[in-house]
Amino acid sequence: MDKKLFSFFFSLVVLLVVSLPVFGSGGEELEHADVNIRDTAAIQRGAQTFVNYCLSCHAASYMRYNRLAEDLALSEDQVMENLVFADVKIGDTMTIAMRPADATAWLGKVPPDLSLVARSRGADWLYSYFLTFYEDPSGTWNNLTFPNASMPHVLWPLQGIQKPVYATHDGHEVIDHLVLAKPGIESPEEYEDTVRDLVTYLEYLGEPAEVKRKNVGVWVLLFLALFALVSYALKAEYWRDVH
Amino acid sequence: MAKPASSIAKRADALWNWVDSRLPVSAFWKATMTGYYAPKNFNFWYYMGSLALLVLVMQILSGIFLTMHYKPSAELAFASVEYIMRDVEWGWFIRYLHSTGASFFFIIVYLHMFRSLLYGSHRAPRELVWIFGMLIYLALMAEAFMGYVLPWGQMSYWGAQVIINLFGAIPKIGEPLTEWIRGDFFISDATLNRFFALHVIALPLAILGLVLMHLVALRENGSNNPDGIEIKANKDENGHPVDGVPFHPYYTVKDIFGVSMFLLLFAFILFFWPEAGGLFLEHDNFVPADPLVTPLHIKPVWYFTPYYAILKAVPDKLMGVILMGLSVGILFFVPWLDRSPVKSIRYKGLWYKVMLGVFAIAFIRLGMLGMSEGTPAQTIEMRVWTFVYFAFFILLFFLSPRGKTKPLPERLTH
Repeated sequence: MDKKLFSFFFSLVVLLVVSLPVFGSGGEELEHADVNIRDTAAIQRGAQTFVNYCLSCHAASYMRYNRLAEDLALSEDQVMENLVFADVKIGDTMTIAMRPADATAWLGKVPPDLSLVARSRGADWLYSYFLTFYEDPSGTWNNLTFPNASMPHVLWPLQGIQKPVYATHDGHEVIDHLVLAKPGIESPEEYEDTVRDLVTYLEYLGEPAEVKRKNVGVWVLLFLALFALVSYALKAEYWRDVH
Repeated sequence: MAKPASSIAKRADALWNWVDSRLPVSAFWKATMTGYYAPKNFNFWYYMGSLALLVLVMQILSGIFLTMHYKPSAELAFASVEYIMRDVEWGWFIRYLHSTGASFFFIIVYLHMFRSLLYGSHRAPRELVWIFGMLIYLALMAEAFMGYVLPWGQMSYWGAQVIINLFGAIPKIGEPLTEWIRGDFFISDATLNRFFALHVIALPLAILGLVLMHLVALRENGSNNPDGIEIKANKDENGHPVDGVPFHPYYTVKDIFGVSMFLLLFAFILFFWPEAGGLFLEHDNFVPADPLVTPLHIKPVWYFTPYYAILKAVPDKLMGVILMGLSVGILFFVPWLDRSPVKSIRYKGLWYKVMLGVFAIAFIRLGMLGMSEGTPAQTIEMRVWTFVYFAFFILLFFLSPRGKTKPLPERLTH
């Protein structure tokens, strides 16, 4: 009877607490990136996009080139040939030549290091960010996911140029959706794949050990399950005579 | 072959006797393990003590290895954590062991404390066990707070800023006090360095000492149990409690099973969900500390948020700090606030079951609200639950001597 009362109260606590909302408005909806961290080919393609379009302004200063070779099933020569343009050695990290003072003078601020951007922003945010650049009526780049972002749309040759379509909501003019005003080299579907690969790479960049962590984790859990069985049998044997 | 083996055994025996007659190893083992009788009816809640000890050891061991690679400097701290995550062999494992362990330490400690509220483990003659436990809890909060500053991310920096500024609310000495704590006019390299020293040396030593006292005080009277009656009242012809079993082997093997179940859950989080959706490792803390950029939404880690909500519920800063201090401080007095003739919830009336249930809801809900943005509606809710939180202790004092109870059993109900 006591046990029943307890479990009744316990479930009441859980139910009540879980059912009450805490976070009021979650902000705008994000697109789902659906990245697969085990898709090595996608990470390779994303790395290519990263070094071509991002690495001139953004560094990834915690990431070593030879780690790329090790994790992405590439030889060190392949990495040096395809992914390295700067005068660096294979054991160096992905830094950039631009000095912070110059960056501030040229771009207004130092572009953030991207090593951990997937861990602070999340894959869905990054994916949405790259899909929602648009050119506003004044002719400058803007972004729906990150309004007034200081970064220009560096991938525009691939995506093309999106323009906003306005609608009136409660007397305010707001952006309803974006339309592709000028197509780029890639079709919208191809561009989404490019962005997904890039985000997959950024996800990998945030935690290069993620795949190893999960692989090891399976074995650890299997061992612990076995350990739990054995320790339960041991406990049951000792406690058999206690009444 | 038999002869040399037996002569080795003889020598080993002689060596053992030599040591044991100089150091009371077997006497200590008997007094605290094989000759120490614990009630035979421990349930789920009684796993938490041994698990807390396990996590303490894991934190110390993983901490030692982190200290080998971590750099306590504002310039290098953030990068050194990433160095551990990427370049140190199994560094990610050591770091996640430590970060997941920190959160699980609090989960276990909260369950451990709740167990005491369920079965009255803090009641006479075990008040000091509870007091030492509370001191461990305070030291643990300081330890966790300072440890959280070390990765030197945005939340480390701004969380520390907010928490240390709380001391500034104290009249007159507030400002100088915050400067004294920080060692600077703002959170800086000096702060990081001293927090590192306190985190890796001072507080762990204090915690170990307090844990020792907690255990010594516990062994003196033995554990309480879910029935809240003393097993020493019923002894057999050998002087052993009829309803007790020797701690070793009975509870050692049972606790090993508890450890295996705990590790299953712990390893699942560590290997598959180490950020716990931003609860154990916060997203903003993957951005290096920047004194010039204030994050939109500063909040402490989840295990502090119930108290943070109580702080935010009060409009006046000083009053908020006082109330927050009171919300932890009042826990010290629980052994004397509960004046019921019975200890365990099993023999208390419905009044206590309802009160404790509502209190648990208040604590969890305050924890959730402490993470929220604090809209006007949320602030009102914080006030309601803050009221409920304190009402529990006040009602406990006045209701417990009169509240309905059931007759206690002679023997443990198994």
